[in-house]
Amino acid sequence: MKADIRVALAGNPNTGKSSLFNVLTGLNQKIGNFPGVTVDKKTGTMQLPDGRHAEVVDLPGTYSLYPKSKDESIVFSVLADKIDTARPDLVVVILDATNLKRNLLLYTQIADLKIPVIVALNMMDMARASAIQIDVEQFSKKLGVPVVPMAVRKGEGIAELKQAIAYANKIALQPDSIDVNVFAPELIGQISDELQVDNPYLALQLAHQHEHLRYLTNEQSDRIETLEQEHSFHSQKAQAAETVARYNFINDLLYDTVKTPEAAQHETFSNKIDHILTHKLWGFVIFMAILLFIFQSIFAWSSYPMDLIETLFVLAEDAMRNIIPEGPLASLLIDGVLAGLSGVLVFIPQIAILFAFISILEDTGYMSRVTFMMDKLMRKVGLNGKSVVPLIGGFACAVPSIMGTRTIENWKDRMITIMVTPLVACSARLPVYTLLIALVVPDRSVWGIFNMQGLVLTAIYVFSLVSAIIVAFVLKFILKVRERGYFIMELPVYRMPRWKNVAFAMYDRSKAFVIQAGKVIIAVSIVLWVLASYGPGDRFEQIEQKYSSAEYKKTNTQEDIDRIIASEKLENSYAGMLGHTIEPVIKPLGYDWKIGIAIITSFAAREVFVGTMATIYSVEGDTDNIQSVQEKMASARNPQTGLPVFNLASAFSLMMFYAFAMQCASTVATVYRETKSWKWPAIQFAYMTVLAYGVAFITYQLLK
Amino acid sequence: MDLSQLEVGQTGVVKEFTDLEMSVKLMEMGCLPGETIKVTRVAPLGDPIAITVSGYQLSLRKLEASTIILQ
Repeated sequence: MKADIRVALAGNPNTGKSSLFNVLTGLNQKIGNFPGVTVDKKTGTMQLPDGRHAEVVDLPGTYSLYPKSKDESIVFSVLADKIDTARPDLVVVILDATNLKRNLLLYTQIADLKIPVIVALNMMDMARASAIQIDVEQFSKKLGVPVVPMAVRKGEGIAELKQAIAYANKIALQPDSIDVNVFAPELIGQISDELQVDNPYLALQLAHQHEHLRYLTNEQSDRIETLEQEHSFHSQKAQAAETVARYNFINDLLYDTVKTPEAAQHETFSNKIDHILTHKLWGFVIFMAILLFIFQSIFAWSSYPMDLIETLFVLAEDAMRNIIPEGPLASLLIDGVLAGLSGVLVFIPQIAILFAFISILEDTGYMSRVTFMMDKLMRKVGLNGKSVVPLIGGFACAVPSIMGTRTIENWKDRMITIMVTPLVACSARLPVYTLLIALVVPDRSVWGIFNMQGLVLTAIYVFSLVSAIIVAFVLKFILKVRERGYFIMELPVYRMPRWKNVAFAMYDRSKAFVIQAGKVIIAVSIVLWVLASYGPGDRFEQIEQKYSSAEYKKTNTQEDIDRIIASEKLENSYAGMLGHTIEPVIKPLGYDWKIGIAIITSFAAREVFVGTMATIYSVEGDTDNIQSVQEKMASARNPQTGLPVFNLASAFSLMMFYAFAMQCASTVATVYRETKSWKWPAIQFAYMTVLAYGVAFITYQLLK
Repeated sequence: MDLSQLEVGQTGVVKEFTDLEMSVKLMEMGCLPGETIKVTRVAPLGDPIAITVSGYQLSLRKLEASTIILQ
């Protein structure tokens, strides 16, 4: 569908911009990329009262056109780029009516670019409740643009805004808010002439931001740089002067149009909540309680839908086996693709639940309080107050947690958080740990109240968090900062969560995960399937022949023979050969070639370990049947020494390997998606593998 | 006297900034010379602090607050 008009939504964070976007576009939205940058671009379509269709772009929330983060730098480049298709015909600037002064700064900047503008004056209900009186008519007159009073949460003003968009002018009619020429008259003049820029403020912005603008040619950018030096232009001084001038304009404007009582009521209410939620003691207690609740819920609430998804896949598998004739195609589709898909989709409940909570915490304003409380502590180890939630979420699953690091504006803090989150013991490691602990740790009570196996498991969980913090501390000194770190952050007033936004966040993130991570995980599963299902030469045929003789059929049931065949095939498959190949490398860790295969297949997902062990030791039943796997593993002997393969040393060494190794295709895919480059997942993979090997080696050698 | 020296509940009026880069960001957020700032609370671990300025609450680290000189 070709859009008749392109509309961009711009505004400060916490102004209800996303809510408005969701209300305007409903489910007709998609997430793409702004060209050349790693920022999500949310676009949607809406129908106008006159039947035309408008494409709506949700620009990242920002306080100013001068960017503080990568996300924010998009706003100006979209508005200024004349070639880009994303350039809007109209900008709807959303202002928070309870906080007009700061909100108007961005408005005056956008208005001075001389793009047609409509003001959406949101949160009018809150303004009324706080006895803030706004003379909307006078306000609109002074600005020279349409102003639509709204309360998006309550659905007020939506129809009026759509009407205003339909009636919007094609050319900008607003007067200049300030005279920008005074900041650098000659420079603005020369840039305007040479680059054919017809707007002085655009010319000034080009002087400030030319280095980050993709649509300028290198020659143009260099020319601007030369001109700046000729006229000794100082970007920050000019910005400071501009900001002061804009606030003078805003103060004059507000003096005539807005009456604010001394202390707004919701402000004091918010303060009362803050007394408790950021209290020296209770603040932390409540935060821990909330985290515990989220953590518990992710486990408890997701188990039923996860079981359901697994059941559906079993049904799908049965159906496919009936439809597709047995052979390589069926095996590829069922054991490769379908198995891979189920590995991805089974995470959806956890992702949706974690994102529901994160979205509620953000929406209510509590997240910024968490940041406020934890910042000092987390800063010491190179993290940020906002890293707390992803790290804790990592106990459930690193995938949604890494997606949740988007709330961290600072590049370095976000990267470190992404790099260390997979170290936190996720739920996929649980089956591996429980299996190995049950194998080597005696099931007896310690001091009468604790169970030794439980204590070991708890210790591993605590250890994982500690190792994440240590690695973060090390990375703090390695990573180079690209931007200066700030902690100048708004503490928005507490509000009720908008359930629609929560639902959208769950939907958005789950969809993004399935599409992005799904591609990689399916590809990896197929590769692993090929490696495990085929072997060089005619080895497979020989195995089949060996066991098809009548002699075997007499002494063994068909089931037993099938299992033995499967086990021998695996040993002779490419995966088995890989296992044998890496055996010398993993021998110092205490592993044999069979564990080698399990480690290789585990790079798709950690829990595959149990399944692979089951196949290798040709155990009857499915992967859930841990008891029998355990028995087989317990009786496994080293053919040379006759000693058990799994002893305290090798089992702990293996657990340490699983604690540190990046054995999760979904996480690799997610890190790629979030950083939009293979560099970071590669570095992460490398450092975690090295660490895993090192720690496993030390563990084995010490315990041997 | 700079902002980081104020106790909770005390107010001050912004006079100038010692760090140009920081001042640009602070002014965009409504911390301008002549504005009254009130320290609303301090984080449980003593840093950062929360201030009320231009009708809303802003949090910033003490180091950042120390670049704001008060009248």
